[in-house]
Amino acid sequence: MFEVAIGLGVFLVLVILLVLFRVQSLLDVARGSDKKIESTSNRVNGALLLLFMIVGIVAFFWYSIAEVDRYTLPNASIHGALTDQMFWITTIITGIVFILANVALFYFAFRYQYKESNKALFYPDNHKLEIAWTVIPAIVLTLLVGYGLKVWTQITDEPPQEAEVIEILGYQFAWKVRYPGKDGVLGGYDYRLIDPINEFGVDFSDKASFDDFVPREIHVPKGKPVHLKIRARDVLHSVYLPHFRVKMDAVPGMPTRFWFVPTKSTEDMRQETGNPEFNYEVACTEICGRGHFSMRLIMVVDEPADYEAWKNSQEPWLNQNPSYLSKVPENLQDVAVVTAGINSKN
Amino acid sequence: MDQHIAETTGYHDEQWHAHGHHKESFVTKYIFSQDHKVIAKQFLITGIFWAIVGGILSSIFRLQLGFPDMSLEWLRPILGGWITDTGKLDPEFYLALVTMHGTIMVFFVLTAGLSGTFANFLIPLQIGARDMASGFLNMLSYWFFFASSVVMLCSFFLKTGPASGGWVVYPPLSALPQAIQGSQGGMTLWLIAMALFIISSLLGGINYITTIINLRTRGMTFTRLPLTIWALFLTAVIGVLSFPVLFSAALLLIFDRSFGTSFYLSDIYIGGEALTNQGGSAILFQHLFWFLGHPEVYIVMLPGLGITSEIIATNSRKPIFGYRAMIGSLLGIAILSFVVWAHHMFVTGMNPFLGSIFMILTLIIAVPSAVKVFNYLATLWKGNIRFTPGMLFSIGLVSFFISGGLTGIFLGNAAIDIPLHDTYFVVAHFHLVMAAASFFGMLAGVYHWFPKMFGRMMDAKLGYIHFWLTFIGVYLVFFPMHYIGIAGFPRRYYSWTNFDVFNSFTDLNTFVSVAALAVMAAQFIFLFNFFYSIFRGRIAPANPWRSNTLEWTTPLHPGHGNWPGAIPTVYRWPYDYSKPGAEEDFIPQYVPFSETMESNLPHENDLIALEKEEESIVIDESKSH
Repeated sequence: MFEVAIGLGVFLVLVILLVLFRVQSLLDVARGSDKKIESTSNRVNGALLLLFMIVGIVAFFWYSIAEVDRYTLPNASIHGALTDQMFWITTIITGIVFILANVALFYFAFRYQYKESNKALFYPDNHKLEIAWTVIPAIVLTLLVGYGLKVWTQITDEPPQEAEVIEILGYQFAWKVRYPGKDGVLGGYDYRLIDPINEFGVDFSDKASFDDFVPREIHVPKGKPVHLKIRARDVLHSVYLPHFRVKMDAVPGMPTRFWFVPTKSTEDMRQETGNPEFNYEVACTEICGRGHFSMRLIMVVDEPADYEAWKNSQEPWLNQNPSYLSKVPENLQDVAVVTAGINSKN
Repeated sequence: MDQHIAETTGYHDEQWHAHGHHKESFVTKYIFSQDHKVIAKQFLITGIFWAIVGGILSSIFRLQLGFPDMSLEWLRPILGGWITDTGKLDPEFYLALVTMHGTIMVFFVLTAGLSGTFANFLIPLQIGARDMASGFLNMLSYWFFFASSVVMLCSFFLKTGPASGGWVVYPPLSALPQAIQGSQGGMTLWLIAMALFIISSLLGGINYITTIINLRTRGMTFTRLPLTIWALFLTAVIGVLSFPVLFSAALLLIFDRSFGTSFYLSDIYIGGEALTNQGGSAILFQHLFWFLGHPEVYIVMLPGLGITSEIIATNSRKPIFGYRAMIGSLLGIAILSFVVWAHHMFVTGMNPFLGSIFMILTLIIAVPSAVKVFNYLATLWKGNIRFTPGMLFSIGLVSFFISGGLTGIFLGNAAIDIPLHDTYFVVAHFHLVMAAASFFGMLAGVYHWFPKMFGRMMDAKLGYIHFWLTFIGVYLVFFPMHYIGIAGFPRRYYSWTNFDVFNSFTDLNTFVSVAALAVMAAQFIFLFNFFYSIFRGRIAPANPWRSNTLEWTTPLHPGHGNWPGAIPTVYRWPYDYSKPGAEEDFIPQYVPFSETMESNLPHENDLIALEKEEESIVIDESKSH
């Protein structure tokens, strides 16, 4: 019954609208106002364009200024300060053009609306103007490109030797990280060695792998360069650290990298944001399937001393999974036992 | 122009007269028609159908994003198993919606619906030709598009759903059926549909190019072509050069999916097993895809810019400012569009040096775009502007092109792209500059040329309401997305509650969704106006906008062959509006300078002698067909 009433109501509204529309169009014909160009409609549209511009610009400035803390994320890396600065420089330059061009567009439309008595100016060309508005944008863009190139080259430059190397692996639908252990070298891997436990496909014939460890969370030291070696196991993923302005795709079969220097520890950020629960997060920004929106990993930025202590407290993966000792070649097994700190051989 | 000289003009008049009235059945006239005007309408109606589908898809996923707690149980009768037991949208179906919305809007609406409609309709009418160079290929072009549409539509009814790896269909996700359900049958149908679509697009493009080069009427030199034709010409050239690359990309993907090759696949462990594929490169696909994908955004954009140039000049009653600069910037955009593709790939692991090169090239393309905007502004300046619905949509297009184009300067800068890549900032950028702008170009074109298409006027007041709701609505949808993007929210997320960092802006997302639904609703005003006016609109005057171009010299309902008599000769460019000295504020292209002594510029008086010479050339159309 209720549905019928709604259906009837909608139908009646539509009929009324249709009648209004017919009356309106017949009235137009009767008045002959559809033949006039300098009509009320023309004036209303001109005024609305101007009104839209004014309201739009006010709303733009109001929201951009009032909500700035909501839509900007605090930055926590050295290069992030540079990209943020570039972002704001570009915002100011393009913001000026945005306002001027839109003001000109809507103001001209309003100002030069049709008048019976007027005649438009026949003005097909002006070479000086054309050259000016080709050259000026070209110069401004060249400056932006120049600065952008400098920053880009810096960010993508070779990572420093002393950087902390950490491997991060994306798969449907989570991240895993592997640390090189005390020797500072990540053990080799092969995707054919991957199994449900050895998720990285670590190759245990490489002795650099014996002390590698795989923690639950990713820890990085504050103030030291961190070199992420990025891998994907199944489809494309993308490592995204919003607070560090870090983003790099993870590609199966093609290792990628990104290095950065964190400048604020998790504790620093908790104080800055006033949120005692704050945690840095790793997210995925390349569509990877059903769970794309849930590839979360917590990242902890420690003070350098705490970081070293945390690293020392981690047990090598081989120690946690001694059954993989059988994958180690005979001649290296003793080394493996010692390096991984395995107590008894069986 | 290879036109032939014959002895009499009377001969071809009769011939075309006879040609226009030969018997046609319903099938040859409206279905398998070879008449460019009918084919244009077929493209338009199919494009409108797809726009509705694409719009509904986006409405559904906006419900999910704006009202994450809402029960969507009421959609179960339509979506069935895609609604989970808890009354939510299935996360994979969400991805399918996003994927199909993108594919449909970019290819079916803004490529076929826009270029297909206006290239077919306007090219012969504006250059003064009887029809396309090959009516048969033109017909095939539509029917390949139709077949492609049917295949794509079928994929919605598969149990595993349509393709769902994003409209860019990056492998391995799109190549591995075990990675996502949509990469099973849905992806196969997607690839078949796109292959058919590319064939359609090539058949159309070759025809447009050939027609413009060979079939221009007497006097219609390249520097007298309306800017719409220039834009459609370059669009077709871009399409013919870039679509085959997408075809090859799709072909290799088909091989990888079905025949065990490894073009894009390497070192993959999925579903508990290591695949044997090795040595392929996922990045290769991205290069091939964007080699089309980037020119594609200009394929979508240029027709809109051309249409706008024409409409703004006509309704400002002023010549388009800097006609040659407009052609130059179109050419510049067309050429540069081929060398900027990798700016979509700054953070894919591509060599950073390559990134630097593409960053420079990308920012260069901003220059011709800026020139176009300034020329539009200068055209409006000191005009005598009539706000027809078409004019309003053109002004809206210019505003979107400014607002969305400027954010391209952020994204084209590799350093700034790192934080912004694949966030809502990108979504805001391309929806404004490409999607909304060219959609407005399409609507402007429909309002402007409706009288020529159907011989009747659309209702202007409904057009105004449609414009204002859509224009304000589009800004309310996409402007807030910039803030969401600067805050770092990634694209293609089903929900944001898993992350502390993205767990805000529920208010803004709800706001965007409400605006999006309002815009969708406003389109029904257009649909009513469109279909109602086809049958009941006021009969249109011969030249309702007092325009200069040739299409308004045809009869109210142009028959097969467009002009019942001889095709008019062209003596001047199409933008002689408000010329000092002239009585009317427009002088159509077919008016010779010898008849407008009072308004001729000095160099135009010199052309009068040449006019006489040209008129003595007689064209025998019987030999050119």
